[in-house]
Amino acid sequence: MAGGKDGRRAPGRRARGELEGAVLAALWAADGPVTAAVVQEQVPDTAYTTLLTILTRLCGKGRVTRRREGRSYVYAPVDDRAGHAAAGMHSLLAEGGDRAAVLARFVSELSAQDERLLEQLLHGDSSA
Amino acid sequence: MFWPVPMYLPLLVSAVLALGAPWAGRRMPPRAGAWAMLCAAVVAAGTWVTELAILAFTAVGQVPLVAAQGPWSVSALAAEDPVSRKIAAVCAGVILVLTVSLTLASWRRGRALVDAWRECRDIAAGGDLAVVDDPVPAAFAVLGLPGRVVVSSGMLRLLDGPERGALLAHERAHLRHRHHVFSLVLHLTTVVNPLLRSLERAGAFAVERWADEEAGAAVGDRRVVARAIARAALASSRAGQAALAATGGPVPQRVQALLAPPVRHRVGVMVAFSVLMAACCGSLAVTAHDTERLFEAAMHAHATAVRVSAR
Repeated sequence: MAGGKDGRRAPGRRARGELEGAVLAALWAADGPVTAAVVQEQVPDTAYTTLLTILTRLCGKGRVTRRREGRSYVYAPVDDRAGHAAAGMHSLLAEGGDRAAVLARFVSELSAQDERLLEQLLHGDSSA
Repeated sequence: MFWPVPMYLPLLVSAVLALGAPWAGRRMPPRAGAWAMLCAAVVAAGTWVTELAILAFTAVGQVPLVAAQGPWSVSALAAEDPVSRKIAAVCAGVILVLTVSLTLASWRRGRALVDAWRECRDIAAGGDLAVVDDPVPAAFAVLGLPGRVVVSSGMLRLLDGPERGALLAHERAHLRHRHHVFSLVLHLTTVVNPLLRSLERAGAFAVERWADEEAGAAVGDRRVVARAIARAALASSRAGQAALAATGGPVPQRVQALLAPPVRHRVGVMVAFSVLMAACCGSLAVTAHDTERLFEAAMHAHATAVRVSAR
C-alpha cells in the first residue's frame, strides 16, 4: 500500500478509514446480503477478525445492517445520509462549470474513437 | 537612447516556456512532471504579469501627478522611453482586465472548493467512502478535512475486487497529494495568460497519471489499474454520460501508459525546465534593471532642471 506522509507504508497497515471504505465497497458490489467470509475474499490481505471488527463498527455507525441467516450473520450496506449528501454532489458533475471542476473524477468522457481504442487495449491485455 | 529589445525579451521567453513546458512535462515521470509543470506555469504567468506591469509603468510614469512623486522629468522619460506610449497604454489596460478576471476566477473556484468542503462534512459518516445508490457508474474525490471518495453503486458492481482497490487508491492519491490545489493553481495561471492552456491540460493529465501510478503501487499491479480505468470509462460512456466528449480524452493514453513500462527520469528534460525558468527570471531581471536606469536618468534630468532654474 503506497501512502502515508512520506509515500510508503507497509502492506496490511492501512488506515482504519481506508479499510472501512474497502469493506463498504465490497458490500455494495455484492448482489445481496453476504457473509463476512465472502467480504474477506473481496478485500485482500485482511485478517478475518479484523474484518469482523470493521463490520461491527460499520453496523454501529448505521452504514451497514446485519441479520442472522442460518448459523452466521449476513451483511448489507445501507443507503444512508452520507450517500444522499454525496448524491447531491454527484448531480453537480452533469452541470459542469467550477463546481464540477473541483471534483477529481476517476474517468473523463470518451469519443467514439477512444472507445474503440480502449476496447482494443482491454482485449489485448486480457489475452496476453 | 535605450534599446527596446530587452524590454520585450521576458514576454518571448515566458511564451517559449509556456509552449515548451507541456512537451517536456509529458516526457517525465508523472509526479515529477506535475510538479515541474506547476512551477513552470507559475513562473511563466508571474513573468508575463510582471513584464506587462513594467511596460505599463513606463507610460503611467509620464502622468505628471505620478512623476511628481518620484520626482522625475516627464519630458526626459518620454524622450528616452524605448516603449511606445500606445503599447504601454495597452499593457496597462490588459493589467486591469487581468486583475478583474483573476479576482473573479479565484472567487468562483475558491467558493466551489469551500462548498465542496462543507458538503464533505455531511458525507463524513465514517470511513473515507460515500456510496451513491445509482446504477450509472461514477467516481470522484472531494477535497475536505479529511477528503472523501464518492462512488456510485453502479461503479462498484462493475469492477472486481482488485479493480475496486485500484479505483479507491487512485481517488485517495488525489486527496493525499492535494491534487485539487494543482488544478486550482493551473487554472488561475491560464486566466492570467491563455497561452498556458495547453500546459494546464498537460498538468491535469500528469496529475491523473500520478494517481494512477500510486494506485498501481497500492494494488501491486499496474495492469489492474489499466483494466479498472478502461472498464469504468467504457461503462460510463455507454451509460450516456459522454455526450459532451469531442476532445479525444486522455483515458486511452492513461491506459496505454499503465500497460507500458514506467517512464524513467531523464536529466536532460529536467535541465531544459530549469534553464527555461531561469531564463524567464533572468530576462525579467534585465528588464527591471533597464527600467530602473531609465527612471534614474529621468530623475537626474529633473534634479538638474531644478538646479538650473534655482540659479
